Amino acid sequence: MILVCGGVASVKGKTLMVSFTALIGALLIGAIFILLAKSDPIRAYGVMLTGPFSSTFGLTETLVRTTPLLLTGLGIIISFRSGVLNIGGEGQILMGAIASAGVAVTFADMPGWVLFPLVLMSGALAGGIWGGIAGFLKAKMSVNEILSTVMLNQIAAQLYLLLIRGILIDPQEVAYGTGVPQTALTPSSVWLSRLIPGTRLNTGFILALVLAVLTYILLMRTTVGYRLRAVGAGPDAARYAGINVPFYMVLSMFLAGALAGLAGTVEVLGVHHRALEDISAGYGFSAIVAALFGRLHPIGIIPASILFGALILGADMMQRAVSIPAAIVMVIQGFVILFVVASDVFIRRPELLEQWKTWRRRKSGEVA
Amino acid sequence: MTDFMEQGILIGIIATGIRLAIPYLLAALGEMFTQRSGVYNLGLEGIMLMGAFFGFYVTFLTHSPMLGILAAIVAGALMGLLMAFVSVTLQAEQGISGIGLSMLGWGLSGLFFRLYVGGIQTIQGLQPWKLPVLGDIPILGLMLFDHNAIVYFAFLLVPVSWFVLFRTTWGLSVRAAGMTPQAVDTLGVSVTKIRYQCLLLGGMLAGLAGATLTVANTHMFADNITAGRGFIAIALVYFGRWSPWGILAGSLLFSMADSFQLWVQVLGINFPYELAVMLPYLVTIVALMISFGRVWPPAALGKPYERGVRG
Repeated sequence: MILVCGGVASVKGKTLMVSFTALIGALLIGAIFILLAKSDPIRAYGVMLTGPFSSTFGLTETLVRTTPLLLTGLGIIISFRSGVLNIGGEGQILMGAIASAGVAVTFADMPGWVLFPLVLMSGALAGGIWGGIAGFLKAKMSVNEILSTVMLNQIAAQLYLLLIRGILIDPQEVAYGTGVPQTALTPSSVWLSRLIPGTRLNTGFILALVLAVLTYILLMRTTVGYRLRAVGAGPDAARYAGINVPFYMVLSMFLAGALAGLAGTVEVLGVHHRALEDISAGYGFSAIVAALFGRLHPIGIIPASILFGALILGADMMQRAVSIPAAIVMVIQGFVILFVVASDVFIRRPELLEQWKTWRRRKSGEVA
Repeated sequence: MTDFMEQGILIGIIATGIRLAIPYLLAALGEMFTQRSGVYNLGLEGIMLMGAFFGFYVTFLTHSPMLGILAAIVAGALMGLLMAFVSVTLQAEQGISGIGLSMLGWGLSGLFFRLYVGGIQTIQGLQPWKLPVLGDIPILGLMLFDHNAIVYFAFLLVPVSWFVLFRTTWGLSVRAAGMTPQAVDTLGVSVTKIRYQCLLLGGMLAGLAGATLTVANTHMFADNITAGRGFIAIALVYFGRWSPWGILAGSLLFSMADSFQLWVQVLGINFPYELAVMLPYLVTIVALMISFGRVWPPAALGKPYERGVRG
């Protein structure tokens, strides 16, 4: 009932077309704003769309942005498919980042082979608990999850700041009196190794790809996944079928949060090597766009995350080259969501498109 | 001496609280009409941001807060119509459409701000308008009758909304469209038209709510200045059980908590700043939990209406 996008895998070609039409439509509207800014849209988009693919730097940085999008997006897919509209990615990423950085810094003396799994687990667990709260509130007290996840995002942002400004602040920042709000450097024994030396691309990307396949297997090939999707398709029917609906709602949000928490962990261990301000960088929201663009499919989201990773990087490049604010990428993403969700009506009810076509034909016939 | 100080602080907290209640109150009253007609508008945050920006920008250009407020209402109306087209005409899933609209409003307001304003600018915003006679009442006058015009308008809107919703034919159609749209349709009243009207009204009020933040309260614009207030306003509709009086009570409860935390900071009481900022969001979650079991949302809320299909 809630997730129209999920049940349409049978019309793959058509949905792919819809996604790309949505993106092109959003880019065209974006072009209007570039014109308003008295810039040349062709030049601006030239930089934005080719920049990320024209150098090793561009390619690797694209994949660096793809990684958190993919991880968080997989979580979004699990929750959306279970009928829970989770927009708490931002908060879950932050909780994962701060928990993993906190554990890594606190237990820095432990040998790497003990510390590394511990750090990964604490990141996933912190994100999972943060997501699970929203799942619990929905399952047990029918608290609307969109509202609760937005609130939890704001609370997580403040909690994160409180920690990196307070007890977890780098002692060196205090000693030198600079006071930049960030944690101490994590021990190098837990860092994710770089795939290409001299770039920031790290094994976190491989981890994300593996988890995409695992998410696919979980959702499509196991009983748990079947039950999750059944709850998403119709909670009442699922209840009649004897499925413990509240449990699966909480589980879906726990898994979603754990994946987003891992995204935060990868940002810490693979990219920055510490927790610093604004580490989530809007990935929590962009991941929703990528997930919808990939039609809520755990494999479909892989190319979608690469595409939006490139778009985010391209927008930064465009800002530097032709001084169009990178904020335009948020506008484009907003339109992509609206277009994708609006065009769903034509997939769900193909007769409407036919009606519209005949109506137009008749109209143009009258004119002629 | 201390008595006098404490009295001053109390007046301050209440006066500030009343001012801070207005964005919640306006946006939530609009959302109440929208939801009563059967549509969740979860894009409220984005609409408020657009209202906040255009209210600020037009005031910045023309030095006229009235024109700024007008621009904010128009921007809100356009966003409301966009939501109506997507969720009513195209029957899109309302939760996801709302997320899209919120991101759109966030992106557009941020983009326009960077393109046309560039940095922090302040405006000569709306000034308080002390009511004659009433404003001269000691203590009460300062707390209640020394505010800007939007404050009086918003409070007046509460009984007006109640009257429109429960005592007019249009209000009856709105409520019916959210309960049994088929019945409305049978009587020859267009469900689509009613829902468009409510989304338009909700958009205009959310635009005005956004302008209140910039034109009346802070006199400046910053990226994402609403900071989740649009979503809090939606929570207040639940908390207030889709009634204007309940929403008024919820808005005041909230803004008093907000005002309290601001005064705690102003007075330099040693309390972590981040925890103070967190407070309204925590209160929202608690409020939603309390509403559990007591709320009976309009029966057709969230369901697109298709003519000739059994609901």
